[in-house]
Amino acid sequence: MAEDKKLFKGFSRRDLLKSLGGIPILGAVWFAGIDQNKKAKLERDFLLEKLNIKATPPPESGPMSGDPLRIGLIGFGIRGEQLMRSLGFATNEWLEDMAASAARNPNDKRLEDFRAQENLNVKLTAICDIFDVRAEDALRSFNKENNTCKRYANYLDLIHSGEVDAIIIATPDHWHAPMAIAAIEAGIHVYLEKPMTHTVQETYELREACRKNPKAVFAVGHQHRQTQSFLTAMDALAKNTLGHVSLIMTTTNRNDDNGAWQYDIHPEASPKTIDWNAFLGTAPKVPFNTEHFFRWRKWWAYGSGLSGDLLTHDYDRINCILNMGIPKYVTASGGIYTHRDGRNVPDVMHVNMEFPDFTTGGTQREDKEKGMTLVYSATLGNQFERGTVLMGHDASMELGNTLTIYADPRSTKYKDLIEEGRIDPQVPIFQYDPSAGGVDAVTSATAKYFADKGLLWTYRDGKRVDSTFLHIREWLSCIRNGGEPSCGIQEGFEEAIAAHMAGLSYKVGRKVEWDEEKEVIIALPGEDLDAILLDNDYGLPIQKA
Amino acid sequence: MNQKEKLSSLQTIALVLLRLFVGWHFLYEGVIKLYSPSWTAKGYLLSATYMKSFFSWLASESMISIVDTLNIAALLLIGAGLILGFKTKLASILGIGLLLMYYLAHPPFPGYPQGLTEGSYWIVNKNLIEAAALLVIFLFPTSTSFGLERLFAKKEIKPSTT
Repeated sequence: MAEDKKLFKGFSRRDLLKSLGGIPILGAVWFAGIDQNKKAKLERDFLLEKLNIKATPPPESGPMSGDPLRIGLIGFGIRGEQLMRSLGFATNEWLEDMAASAARNPNDKRLEDFRAQENLNVKLTAICDIFDVRAEDALRSFNKENNTCKRYANYLDLIHSGEVDAIIIATPDHWHAPMAIAAIEAGIHVYLEKPMTHTVQETYELREACRKNPKAVFAVGHQHRQTQSFLTAMDALAKNTLGHVSLIMTTTNRNDDNGAWQYDIHPEASPKTIDWNAFLGTAPKVPFNTEHFFRWRKWWAYGSGLSGDLLTHDYDRINCILNMGIPKYVTASGGIYTHRDGRNVPDVMHVNMEFPDFTTGGTQREDKEKGMTLVYSATLGNQFERGTVLMGHDASMELGNTLTIYADPRSTKYKDLIEEGRIDPQVPIFQYDPSAGGVDAVTSATAKYFADKGLLWTYRDGKRVDSTFLHIREWLSCIRNGGEPSCGIQEGFEEAIAAHMAGLSYKVGRKVEWDEEKEVIIALPGEDLDAILLDNDYGLPIQKA
Repeated sequence: MNQKEKLSSLQTIALVLLRLFVGWHFLYEGVIKLYSPSWTAKGYLLSATYMKSFFSWLASESMISIVDTLNIAALLLIGAGLILGFKTKLASILGIGLLLMYYLAHPPFPGYPQGLTEGSYWIVNKNLIEAAALLVIFLFPTSTSFGLERLFAKKEIKPSTT
């Protein structure tokens, strides 16, 4: 203190004030900042506690131990190659491309992510592709010292080779069910790309095959079931955050050739390198043409256009959250308005699915709320992002790889909080972004379309993970450790029937009804629904290019 | 202070106010960020429209936590220095550097995307004006009039006056 006295000797009160006056200002600003943060945090915690939505990942699938599983692949096209990478097998060309791309752009982590991917303890023992170039590509990359991989000219030879325990099917739609049924009946496990089937009849047959062979583990490739934001959405719905949901809007918005199935035609494609009859199968016998072979999604005979390729994703994303099952009624319309290139599947499509008896749970008088419409609205001529919205009486949820919930200004549930000013309907009451703080590289418009929908990757412990990898891993774990895949035969059955109803309604131009008791799509007398579904020429004049 | 013309007391008060306000702004920004654990400059840096490779390097996995810590520390120290009237010359220079970085990441140059702003800017924006204010503060130090440095100034003068 003596020192202090000496220090301040010669200072007037005025001098001290002028010297130390900044200290209270500093204190005031500092505490104002703390206070502001505390208030914001309290409000946030209050809402989070009130909503109580858990952003928990699903239980991890079981260990990959034991003898390596022997996997066969049928269809080494665009999707087949992606699936193989998720399984742990990349082509030499892809590895070289990715190394070069990573050298140019340090943010490109695709190669690094691939190398860091867990080893699934499998052997890729068999490949079947009816295009020689692709089959040889596969062999060159995968038939190595530590992994003997054989090519089979015919899928039945592959299934019955005794060299595979499980197969992955990534072929055109019209081959999905025949191959899956043959494998299941032979006791081989199956991972099948969507849509599960190409006709209504096949849907029953595949389900029957699965019921008769319960030991064969069957999974449909709707990988978004692994997406963490969807699991968070399920919890939000279970907690009745949205109130009664009366309308769901799902959309496809694409405006590029790849997104409109104008895939590349390989220069070496010819009747010599392609087994054309094997491609056609039960489809109408038409002369060899590369357009049909590489861009098969554009014709009903092999693919199913928007309803089979893209509606199935959106339907299953919602079915995974709500478990609402097959719609009672479906109406669809659309046409070929942007890509008049000889295709006969629509490029603009609007589908309304009615679920008159379904409810997500209400917050108003009992029996006041019941029934829901799911809209799927698609265009391949514009990519304005319309997103996916679940619209409830109390709140709306925007759903993608992120999840955002807004309270509705007229909500019953949040009425008091809105009046107190604690909830602002313009500001989200809940936001979940598993990638917060990170920005991911997406490489093309179509890739961005899938990423935004949560179809490309998801997050575990804040780390980006390929959702297809998790989906395949889940299937492999069910084979090794038991359990049911998240998208098994029942979910696949519902997906396929809903998609076929949409395709049928588009073609016949009327409301299509599902008889839940009899489990049939109601047909008019003398009407063969599958024949209509497959017919390349069937449809209203407007639907023909 | 070796100024030939002495500032009037009103001029000094105006300069002190300017110093306090700029310091206030820096300090508050720093405190808010300090107590928001999830805050990061990553988004701002990655969305840079100018000198992109430099700013995305700052935002990279290995750099971002250092950058965030340094940013918060700099905001707090500059703010405290300006308010308290301690090392204000150093604080002003550091502040100018920091503001120019913010400015250059999203400069209101003609033809550059402006993103969401609360006003309209052409070449000059509030970051640049605040940097200019700090230049004034640097050139017209006032911490011996109002600030901790008054203590030392008095002390130094003392021997000659007694």
